Amino acid sequence: MVRVRLENLVKRFGSVTAVDHVTLDIGDGEFVVLLGPSGCGKTTTLRLIAGLELPDEGRILFGDRDVTYLPPRERNISMVFQSYAVWPHMTVYENIAFPMKIRKTPEQEIREKVLWAARLLQIEDLLDRYPHQLSGGQRQRVAVARAIVVEPDVLLMDEPLSNLDALLRVIMRSELKKLQRRIRVTTIYVTHDQVEAMVMADRVAIMNKGRLQQVGTPQEVYDKPANVFVAGFIGSPRMNLFDASVAEAQGAVVLDAGGLQIRLPEAYAGLLEGHETVVVGIRPEDIHPLDRVPPGVEPYEVDGTVDFVEPLGSDTIVHVKTPGPVLLMKVPGSYPAEMGDRIRVALNLKKLHVFDKATGKAIF
Amino acid sequence: MSGRVESYREYKGEAVKRIAVYALAVIIVSWIAVPLALIFVSALAQPSDYYNVHKIFPTRFTLDNVYTFLVVLGAWKSTLNSVIVAALTILISFAVGLPAGYSLSRYVFKGKDAFKLAIIGLRMFPVIVLAIPLVVIYLRIGLADTLLGVALAHTAMTLPFVVLITSSLFAGIPVDYEEAAMVFGLSGWEAFLRITLPLALPGLSAAAIFVFIMSWNEVFIASILTLVNRTLPADILVSALNAPDPYKFAAGFIMVLPAMIFVFFARKYLVQVWGISIK
Repeated sequence: MVRVRLENLVKRFGSVTAVDHVTLDIGDGEFVVLLGPSGCGKTTTLRLIAGLELPDEGRILFGDRDVTYLPPRERNISMVFQSYAVWPHMTVYENIAFPMKIRKTPEQEIREKVLWAARLLQIEDLLDRYPHQLSGGQRQRVAVARAIVVEPDVLLMDEPLSNLDALLRVIMRSELKKLQRRIRVTTIYVTHDQVEAMVMADRVAIMNKGRLQQVGTPQEVYDKPANVFVAGFIGSPRMNLFDASVAEAQGAVVLDAGGLQIRLPEAYAGLLEGHETVVVGIRPEDIHPLDRVPPGVEPYEVDGTVDFVEPLGSDTIVHVKTPGPVLLMKVPGSYPAEMGDRIRVALNLKKLHVFDKATGKAIF
Repeated sequence: MSGRVESYREYKGEAVKRIAVYALAVIIVSWIAVPLALIFVSALAQPSDYYNVHKIFPTRFTLDNVYTFLVVLGAWKSTLNSVIVAALTILISFAVGLPAGYSLSRYVFKGKDAFKLAIIGLRMFPVIVLAIPLVVIYLRIGLADTLLGVALAHTAMTLPFVVLITSSLFAGIPVDYEEAAMVFGLSGWEAFLRITLPLALPGLSAAAIFVFIMSWNEVFIASILTLVNRTLPADILVSALNAPDPYKFAAGFIMVLPAMIFVFFARKYLVQVWGISIK
């Protein structure tokens, strides 16, 4: 187990920069999730750490050891592949034992460790089977067992759950997280599924277009998105994001989004100096029907009409057409709203996010 | 249209279709099997039976024709030559073609498509055009009338096949298997030897058998490039055609036999090779 440090990593494929100056520190035993849409460079970053690709610039450190140009086998890593890559010509036992056989581990120890890992992942009954006799979920467990028996310094996982069905995915993500807690191995996990990232990660590193957008705990990236991309990527339903111009009226700062005017509390006024247009964001869960404003929230009232209603059972998503943009509102439980109804909603301005229009960076 | 048959009409339609399919299969099989059966029967028939006008089908059989052909007429030597040439052809075309096929399946490089096209282009080149200049070159460098010379010429013929087949075989084996092996402690070369090669082996052996048959059957280059060290087909072309009928059949029998045996054992893998290559 070891700290991992990525320093200014750059990887180009032809004219495409897949990984663009990524710097990231991962603590000993930490579970870090690389999260981003497909093609954002997260898998390439993982492959750089694995040594399956070599970077064009930058360094990779495991502890004090510079592994940037070492072949994969000299890095003492393990990897769970998206396709599992369980070797089809070996039994489950042979698959799990293979990494140790290569390392010339004594036969007795191999047997013990295979049994330990098999028991941990509940595949003891499958040891004599061949991969083609297993289900996807079982093959996935074999891949994980194979990855942990060698007691790697770093465990890498490349979308290991994406080929499982929805129910199994939910079960496996908690199992994987518990397993990681138990064996305390430094883990770097790649996914495009934000729920998976939020549930499993100690810290999430969000990437887009090869660049690291934000690194933080799941709560941090949810509460304080560093830019428009993170704001839109984390959270479901997506954060309401709309353009607004900054104006002054009667001594207060007003955000004007084509008819929807938001008068800001004085505390925020100074922060917007020098900005003409900004991107305003507010999460659907920070908008409330007037009759259901939680205690402690100071309501900023806005008029609108109900544009659409999505009753999801646990929540109801109401699309509210304001004089400006359509805002999504998330109401816990059911909510009696009909399309076309006039509605008055309350924004929680304390949870308002404002981003620079040009750079996308958060102003507050 | 698979699954449960819904109505009588559909059932009847299915039946007619099935009969048509069987009929077609019978025609195709006869087209291949009847000449083969004729050769086999005639090769093993007693000459007196074969020449007996009152007998349509011979009833007494012997291995004398085959024995005379192989031993007395000396065809065993050309048979052996053919085996050696075929083995050399397999060896050389795999030594060269397998790495090429592997790179085509695994790597992106400049001119990859042009290279693939060139390989297919090579297949369109008529051997006759190659054969005559080849004789001149071979005479100069001392390869004329040698088995190695024939094997090299055969390699030119089989190499494109080996490259394309092995590349599709390797493409069918996910690169993840190799990468996993590399992550868990093998070098790239070891990962290929211990993971990819065993997985590709059935397909590769089928391809090797196919190369064997291509070389074994090739007559044109072999007859032009050799005088003394004839391969079997070249030998048959020259000598057996002037021999009495039973020996012709015996020659045909010996020609066909190895291919038959190989295909029988490798038919499962042949389907796999073509199945993958069609994709």
